Amino acid sequence: MDAESLLLSLELASGSGQGLSPDRRASLLTSLMLVKRDYRLNCMEWSLLPPATDEMMVQTSVVKGRFTGDPSHEYEHTELQKVNDGEKVFEEEVVVQIKEETRLVSIIDQIDKAVSVIPRGALFKTPFGPVHVNRTFEGLSLSQAKKLSSYFHFREPVELKNKTLLEKADLDPSLDFLDSLEHDIPKGSWSIQMERGNALVVLRSLLWPGLTFFHAPRTKNCGYIYVGTGSEERTTGPGDPALKQGAEGWNVQMREDGGWKWLWEVTARSPLRKATSCTQMRAAHRSGSPTHLLLAAPQAEELTNSFQ
Amino acid sequence: MGDPPPAPDLSARQPSSRRSSQVSEQRSQERAQLPPAVPDGVQQMPLDAQVLRSSQEILESQANLQSWSQGASLSPYEQLAMFQAEEAQLGGMEYPSLNRGFPSEFLPQPYLDGGGIQVPGNASLMQQLQQGRGNVFQELESAYQEPRPDLLGQFSMYQREDLQFSASAQHGPYMSDDPALQFSPSELGFMSFSMQVPEPEPRELAVQNAKAYLLQTSVNCNLSLYEHLVNLLTKILNQRPEDPLSILESLNRTAQWEWFHPKLDTLRDDPEMQLTYEMAERQKALFVRGGSGEGEQDMEEEVTETAVPNIMETAFYFEQAGVGLSSDESFRIFVALKQLVEQQPIHTCRFWGKILGLSGSYLVAEVEFREGEEEVEEEEVEELTEGGEAMEAHGEEEGEEDEEKVTDVIPKPTWKPPPVIPKEESRSGTNKFLYFVCNEPGRPWTRLPHVTPAQIVHARKIKKFFTGHLDAPVISYPPFPGNEANYLRAQIARISAATHISPLGFYQFGEEEGDEEEEGRAGRDTYEENADFEGIPVLELVDSLANWVHHRQHILPQGRCTWVNPLQKTEEEEELGEEEEKADEGVEEVEQEIGPPLLTPLSEDAEILHTSPWTTRLSCSLCPQYSVAVVRSNLWPGAYAYAIGKKFENIYIGWGHKYSPENFNPSLPGPIQHEYPSGPEIMEMSDPTVEEEQALKAAQEHALATAEEEEEEEDEDEDEDADD
Repeated sequence: MDAESLLLSLELASGSGQGLSPDRRASLLTSLMLVKRDYRLNCMEWSLLPPATDEMMVQTSVVKGRFTGDPSHEYEHTELQKVNDGEKVFEEEVVVQIKEETRLVSIIDQIDKAVSVIPRGALFKTPFGPVHVNRTFEGLSLSQAKKLSSYFHFREPVELKNKTLLEKADLDPSLDFLDSLEHDIPKGSWSIQMERGNALVVLRSLLWPGLTFFHAPRTKNCGYIYVGTGSEERTTGPGDPALKQGAEGWNVQMREDGGWKWLWEVTARSPLRKATSCTQMRAAHRSGSPTHLLLAAPQAEELTNSFQ
Repeated sequence: MGDPPPAPDLSARQPSSRRSSQVSEQRSQERAQLPPAVPDGVQQMPLDAQVLRSSQEILESQANLQSWSQGASLSPYEQLAMFQAEEAQLGGMEYPSLNRGFPSEFLPQPYLDGGGIQVPGNASLMQQLQQGRGNVFQELESAYQEPRPDLLGQFSMYQREDLQFSASAQHGPYMSDDPALQFSPSELGFMSFSMQVPEPEPRELAVQNAKAYLLQTSVNCNLSLYEHLVNLLTKILNQRPEDPLSILESLNRTAQWEWFHPKLDTLRDDPEMQLTYEMAERQKALFVRGGSGEGEQDMEEEVTETAVPNIMETAFYFEQAGVGLSSDESFRIFVALKQLVEQQPIHTCRFWGKILGLSGSYLVAEVEFREGEEEVEEEEVEELTEGGEAMEAHGEEEGEEDEEKVTDVIPKPTWKPPPVIPKEESRSGTNKFLYFVCNEPGRPWTRLPHVTPAQIVHARKIKKFFTGHLDAPVISYPPFPGNEANYLRAQIARISAATHISPLGFYQFGEEEGDEEEEGRAGRDTYEENADFEGIPVLELVDSLANWVHHRQHILPQGRCTWVNPLQKTEEEEELGEEEEKADEGVEEVEQEIGPPLLTPLSEDAEILHTSPWTTRLSCSLCPQYSVAVVRSNLWPGAYAYAIGKKFENIYIGWGHKYSPENFNPSLPGPIQHEYPSGPEIMEMSDPTVEEEQALKAAQEHALATAEEEEEEEDEDEDEDADD
């Protein structure tokens, strides 16, 4: 949300129960104003965070649990590293120190990339490439506002390139130049609902609980705020020992399904009969961080258990 | 379109109107300033062309023009063609609608309006040209001077001024009442000369170049100013607004907006606002005060008695803490609660919190009914249990039917369901309070059913988002017993038990209650407010978690607050299942589950992965004197409590999910049952092969043959015997 409309934005986003107390609101406004003026780094404890890198993401992905609130706090992570000592190869436990600051940066970057939202039409792209703010944007209409397809990921498009010509045929190249939320994987990772008697549309991310996007239809008011624990909803991966233990007698296998989407099938087969039972868990594999599997939020719990 | 092409009309009209309007009276005056006759002769040619064009087709004039101004830097022919194509399109597009609004005498001159549309743009351009002498103008100048290198300097200067006017003069007939025309007498003065030595082509060229300029599209948008102005003026003329000048800015904006948002279908839009109005209508009912005249008289009594909590006060404190809903929403909830209290026999009422859902959220009110007001609930429960019994009875019937056939007795399963743990009674344990939910203030409140231990146990194993519809099924593994209303109720019970806290000493155990009753159990389950409670200083509340206590009973793993022995049979059950029971006896003795007693300090809560389950802080560090103590639950994100002086309150606003540092891992299905051991008794006999069959057949035939032979022998014997 913009600094200019901070108060209004906070008011509109308050439906999720998270906000800022009056004193924080006031001090934030003051300090944002100062940041804007001279980009001073240390006015009321603002500190510039280093830009996030992929390396950081891999490094911090092993840290679990909550933030402490102290950027200089160091998490300790023990990992096994293979050490070549002459001919012998043995594993050695190495304690890795990870600063909370690094983790914070990485999480902020992940949230920005995963769930920052902008309504369709708020930006437009010229044929030459530059993207401009659409000054004629007057907000979505009420019927548009209820559809997920009217909202875009505010990041470099990723999925758009993979679309077929047929799918692209209906798109307006000047407006539809970003990834729509509609085709997010896992499906159903957004909650969209109308509040205040249909006067406000609110999107909440289920992957990053705490992210609230709001938009008052037919006005320019829109924005998003994240107030949460900085943890993503995930499910376990196939290598998880808990799963292996639980899945005794079951055959757990990964199956690739279209690009980077993975199906994780847990099947049991009997030597005499055809499949006696089959349970399927869906998990979406995220490219770049093979250690984690996203939870297909609402579906993952809905395991089908069919006995044939 | 039935309209004639506008362009010939334009050309035919030009000379006559020019003559009539401006030229005649100033002719003499102009003549005095005329240069020698040399240029006159040179410029006679254009006049001829003009005359020619006035009587002939437009195509010819184009050809003329082209030949005349070959030296132009811009190809005039192309521009003209574009210009006229534009005109034609413009005319065709506009006339039908325009003519409808016009008086009949205007109809014979349809192009008047088409020309009028162009006027403002051209007029303003003219001013620009005169002041700034822009590129276009200079181009023009060079364009038509080239063919006449022998012109006098004075004349060329004169021509320049003439040119300025020529562009506007060309639109003369359409601009008779245009303010742009009334420039100054001196400018008008050149008209006579331009008449005498007409230069229509340069003028036209100027217009066309100007138009070409207007038709340029900008880099970041394929809409030209010309098109935009045309759209705008078309819109104004079509709609005929009252005061077009005052709303010009907004018209300008909407015209451009509509360009970006083409209306593709002709279907009429849904009445979008209907739902909004409906909701407003519903909420209006909340803001209307109940009684009319009598109500006001009772006001004083009402003020003292209401069970409605002071939502706005708690909302204020929670706002200090940086949580909670906006004041507007809080007030709506407040009036909605007031409505609830009026509708139901409610003794105490509290705003529990808000649970977010996928397509709707739940506002939860926690209430206690007045004594003896819970019959409705009991009936519902009975129905449910009856349903269960009916099912069982049905099952038995089926069994009987099967037994009648007897031929193939289905073996009875040895597995018996675990004993059902009875749910807690109203006003005790997890069912101490009743809960009402609604999706939005103003919508009807729905009462949630009591929670059963099984629901709590299953709710712990699953993680589901609420949908916002109470009757939605909860599809999960392991299967949840009930629909979303039951799941919601179970989560409310769990959250309440874990996160409802109060400052130490606010509540105390009742004195009259004896210890002997609670011996060995989780402790006493009732408490009362401590009248002597003086409040704990805020700083102490923040510093130590020991100053906060749970005032809700811990829910045991069994799903109840007070433990019951699941193997202990009620009398009825004993009668029914006496025989079976004998077999079970002594198999297992269930260990009693014990939870922390009521009013246990928070400091004894279990840690979550080295993190404290609670975080405390001051609402405002700048002035600790007036701030409130805020406690946030890390176990149930969204649960908060505040306390200041004797006041405290708990609230939960969140998804209804418990925090776990590990990823949620849905429980896997149980191990597969073993196949029935395959022995000879269930093996199917293998089919005989052809050889075997043939061998058998042969053997049978052989046997038959021998038998026959024997028979024959016997017969023979018999015969022989008979013979004997």
